[in-house]
Amino acid sequence: MGFQQPVTNMTDSKYKIAGFGALILLLAVSPLFLNAYWVDVLNSVGLYALLALSLNVILGDAGLYNMGHAAFFAVGAYAAAYLNTQCGLPILWALPVSGILAGLFGLLLARPVIHLRGDYLLIVTVGVGEIVRIALINNLFGITGGPNGIFGIARPELFGFRIRRPLEFFYLIWGFVAVTVFLFARLKNSRFGRALDCLREDPIAAEGSGINTGRYQLLAFMLGAAWAGMAGCLYATKMTIISPESFSFWESVLIFIIVILGGAGNISGVILGTFLIIGLPELFRGFASARMWVFGLAMMIMMVFRTEGILPHRPRLFKGLDRLLP
Amino acid sequence: MEEFFQQLTNGLAVGGIYALIALGYTMVYGVLKLINFAHGDLFTLGAYLGLSLLTSLGLSGRLGPLAGLLLLALLVMGFVALTGALLERAAYRPLRQSPRLSAVVSALGASIFLQNTIMLLYGARIHVYPQDILPKVAIDIGGLSIPLVRILVFVVSLLLMGALYLFIQRTRLGTAIRAAAIDQAAARLMGINVDQVILIVFLIGPGLGGVAGLLVGLYYGQVNFTMGWVYGLKAFTAAILGGIGNIPGAMVGGLILGVIEAMGAAYISVAWKDAIAFMVLIVILIVRPTGILGERVADKI
Repeated sequence: MGFQQPVTNMTDSKYKIAGFGALILLLAVSPLFLNAYWVDVLNSVGLYALLALSLNVILGDAGLYNMGHAAFFAVGAYAAAYLNTQCGLPILWALPVSGILAGLFGLLLARPVIHLRGDYLLIVTVGVGEIVRIALINNLFGITGGPNGIFGIARPELFGFRIRRPLEFFYLIWGFVAVTVFLFARLKNSRFGRALDCLREDPIAAEGSGINTGRYQLLAFMLGAAWAGMAGCLYATKMTIISPESFSFWESVLIFIIVILGGAGNISGVILGTFLIIGLPELFRGFASARMWVFGLAMMIMMVFRTEGILPHRPRLFKGLDRLLP
Repeated sequence: MEEFFQQLTNGLAVGGIYALIALGYTMVYGVLKLINFAHGDLFTLGAYLGLSLLTSLGLSGRLGPLAGLLLLALLVMGFVALTGALLERAAYRPLRQSPRLSAVVSALGASIFLQNTIMLLYGARIHVYPQDILPKVAIDIGGLSIPLVRILVFVVSLLLMGALYLFIQRTRLGTAIRAAAIDQAAARLMGINVDQVILIVFLIGPGLGGVAGLLVGLYYGQVNFTMGWVYGLKAFTAAILGGIGNIPGAMVGGLILGVIEAMGAAYISVAWKDAIAFMVLIVILIVRPTGILGERVADKI
C-alpha cells in the first residue's frame, strides 16, 4: 500500500504554509484596525464564504449543478428565526437544529431528482429556490410572516457574553468559517472525498469501482444543504430580521458564481472567490450606478482569462506516483 | 366557459412568446451544450429597441400599422441578432474548450453586463409602449371576443416557429445545424463548418428573442430592464420541459407552459403563479427525465 498517504500538493513548501499563516493572521487582526462598516463587509464575506464552501461540496466536489442554494439558506434562517422567536430556543442551540432541518429538506428534495442529467438538475434547483421564495412570501403554514418576514431574532449569547457588535460577530462568523474549512479539508482527503472526486470525473467508472454513486451524491447534497442552513442561522441572528427578498434567485446565482469563478473543488479558491465577488462591488462604489456594469464585465474578463477559475482544482498526487508520471 | 377560453387564448399568446425565447436557448444548447443566460437580456434589448424605434421613427404613422410593425420587427431582429453574434465572439468563443460551467459563469457575467447597459442607457424606471400602434379592437371568433393584439402575438409567434421549423428541416444549413447538435466532431469530419453553424445559431436565436421582446412590449404595454431574468427563466423552463436541444420540443414546451400558467393563475392562485410553472416542471421531469419530446441518450462506456 505505497500510495496510502496523499501528498496534497507537490509544491507545498514552507513558504506556502508561512504565506497562508500570515494571511490568516492578517485577517484575524484586521477588524481591530477597520471601522465598523468594513468589519461588516468582512462579516458578509464570511457568511458568503460559508455558503460558497457548502455549495462547493455539492457543485465542486460532487459535480451536481445546484443553482438554488438560497433555498437551503432560507430554510435554515427561517427555522432558526421561528424556533428563536416562537419557541424561545437560544439562537446558538438553533444552529445545529437549522442545519439538520435544511439537510433533511435537501435530502427530501434531492432524492427524486438526483439522477437527472446536469442541466436538468440545474433548472430543477432553480425552480425549488423560486418555489421556496414564493412560499415564504405567501406565508406558508402561517409561520413565515409573509413579505415582511420575521423580526426580533435574538443575538447569540456565549457563556453569558452577548454578541452584538460587528467586531464580535466577526470572530463568531470567521471562527465558524475556520471550523468549516478544517472539516471540509479533512473530508476532501477522506474516503468520502475520494469517492466524490471519482464519481464527478466519471460516474460510470465510479459505479464500476463499487462506489454507490447515488448514495454519495445524496450525502454530498445533504451535507451542503445542512451547512447552508447553519449559515442561514448565523445570518438570522446577525440581521435580527429576515425577509424573503434576502433569499432571491440572485443570491443563488451569486453563490454559484463564487464557486465556479474561484475554482470549483478548491477550498482556497472558493474563499478567494468570495473576497473578489463580495468585496469588489464594495470597491467599485466609486462607479456609482455603473457598478454592476463593471462587475459583469469583470466577470466575463476573469472567466475568459482564467477559464478553470482563479485557483483551479488540481488532482491529488500520491507519493511515488510522481516518478511514474512523465 | 367564456372565462376558460379567454384564459386559454391568453395562455397561448404568452406561450408563443415563451416558445420564441425558448428556441434561442434550445438551439444554442443543442450546438454548444451551453445555457446562454444572457439570452433573457437579449430579449429585453429587443423590447427596448422596439420602443426606441417606435417613438423615434414613427413607422406605423408613415407606413400604416402592419407594414410599420413588420419593418420594426425586422430592424429589431437584425440588431439583436448582431448583438448575439458579437456576444458569442467576445464571451463564449474563448471558453469553448474549457469546463462547461465556466462558460455558464461567463454567460451570467454577460447577462449582468447587458442588463446594466440597458439600465444605464434608458434609466431604471418602467417604460411604457405607445398605445396608438394597434387599433384597440376585439375580434369576434365563435362568440368569443379576443383582443387584436393577442391574435397578432400568437400568429406572429406561430409564423416564426413554422418558418424556423421549415428552415431546420428542409434546408442544407438547417441539416448542418441538426448534425452539429447531434455530434459536433462527426459533423466537422463530414465537412460541416461548425463555426459557421454556431454563428448562425447565435444570429437566429437572439433574433427570435428580440422579436419576442417586441411582442411583450406590444402585449403588456410596458417594459422594465430586469424582465429578462423572469422571462429567460420561464423560457428556459419551457425548453427543458420540451426536452432541451429539441427544436419542436421548445415550441411545445413554451405553449404548454404559457397555458398552464394562465390556467394556474386563473383557477388556483395568482400569488402562486410563478411557482406553478416550476412545480409542473419538477413533476414532469420526475416522470420523464428527458422532457416531453427529449430522446433518451444511452451512456457510452
